[in-house]
Amino acid sequence: MGAVFILWLRQIKRYSRSRAQIVASLGQPLLYLLVLGFGLGPVYQQAGRGSYLQFVAPGVVAMSVLFTSIFSGIGLLWDRQFGFLKETLVAPVPRLHIMIGHTLGGATIAMIQGLLVLVVCFIAGFRPEHVSTVPLAILFMALIAVVFAGLGTAIGSTLQNMQGFQLIMNFLVMPIFFLSGALFPLNNIPTALAIVTKLDPLTYGVDGLRGAFIGVSHFGMMTDAVVLFGVAWIFFALGAWSFSKIQV
Amino acid sequence: MIHAQDLVKTFGTVKAVDGVSFDVREGEIFAFLGPNGAGKTTTIQMLTTLQAPTSGSIRIDGLDPKTQPHEVRRRFGIVFQDPSLDGELTALENLELHGVLYRVPRKLRLERSEMLLKLFELWEKRDAFVKTFSGGMKRRLEIARGFLHTPRILFLDEPTLGLDPQSRNQLWTHVKYLNDTEKVTVFLTTHYMDEADRVAQRIAIIDHGKIVAQGSSKELKEQTGTESLEQAFLALTGSTIRDETAGASDQMRQFMKAWRR
Repeated sequence: MGAVFILWLRQIKRYSRSRAQIVASLGQPLLYLLVLGFGLGPVYQQAGRGSYLQFVAPGVVAMSVLFTSIFSGIGLLWDRQFGFLKETLVAPVPRLHIMIGHTLGGATIAMIQGLLVLVVCFIAGFRPEHVSTVPLAILFMALIAVVFAGLGTAIGSTLQNMQGFQLIMNFLVMPIFFLSGALFPLNNIPTALAIVTKLDPLTYGVDGLRGAFIGVSHFGMMTDAVVLFGVAWIFFALGAWSFSKIQV
Repeated sequence: MIHAQDLVKTFGTVKAVDGVSFDVREGEIFAFLGPNGAGKTTTIQMLTTLQAPTSGSIRIDGLDPKTQPHEVRRRFGIVFQDPSLDGELTALENLELHGVLYRVPRKLRLERSEMLLKLFELWEKRDAFVKTFSGGMKRRLEIARGFLHTPRILFLDEPTLGLDPQSRNQLWTHVKYLNDTEKVTVFLTTHYMDEADRVAQRIAIIDHGKIVAQGSSKELKEQTGTESLEQAFLALTGSTIRDETAGASDQMRQFMKAWRR
């Protein structure tokens, strides 16, 4: 257990020390929130759907959790290439413990980042429907964080170099975000798109967050939670398996 | 302390290590010399549980790395060819992390961290981030870390690569001191013949995955009828230059170097 804790703590320390990075990573969500929130707001209002800012804020929170957790997993690539990983792999500790410490560390950072973005949303004018459901929203953020930290670890263990990173960014991370319904409602969309969105785990995360924050949920929060929980196990197992295959 | 019998490691069609056998006695300093790509690092990786041998057997302090990897890992410290510290953590935090991974009790960990950091002249810098350290300081910290959990064996894979003569000299003085006081067996590889000559009691020369000669520096010189260990080495391994292909990690390092500028 000591190993899990110390590797988790390492991630937290590294995160808290990279202030510039924390601020920088608030930029993108802020852009989505303000530009889309206020830019598309009037059209959305005219369509009779209420405030777009209220609608998009949970999506933006989900986005920052997604990005942070996946990138922290990919950080494994750097640990591997610059040697630190070897130090943990020759230690008398099961690889699974190392993987769990690293992945949970990444998930925790993603949670913190998500909470920061939530505060920014609040400042921008976003208001949760009920204060009582905010803890539920935080639970959904945790689920999203674990799902994608597991996926990130799987990717970080498999990638060989930084060139692959661009590939992952454009063909995996961005599609996960755009197809999740973070920016648009899921009702009345074309069938093909509807099918793809249903295959995207983040869809359920965004939907759950919306359910908890603004009381609007497409699938129902219970379904969302169950799906996320299941996917979390699958991705975590995938991450653990890829991590066990790392060759020094 | 270390016993290797007919070790073989093949990567695809390439035989990186081809039937290597040797014994390292307890408390001894044993040097493994060879040109680039001779199989030194692969041998160390097999001895330290990072690679499984294709065939052959290994005993570390009487234990088999295949069946008892964790027991074996607890018994050795290792300094890799390339750095394995976390630059975003301080010197002391790097030692803390290592101590926790090796389950060194907190009190002992603090005592030994202080003793080792003082010995390697890093105590003043204990709270500085490792990324601000020079190459020599990083090396010293890594060796200090390798000793933290009181290992029975210390593996040093080209520990003095890229260091100036002062740092090299100081580093070996410390390693010899700890070899003496803590009775640690040291297994090292190096390209600097004078170092091997100076610190190692016994030397094995490996080429193309095979051990071509082993014995004390004196024996090797006598065997080849040469004046210095360097001449003996060249007599045994020839003077052709070996080129290694660059792997992904070399490319990454190049990339980082270019990027930092």
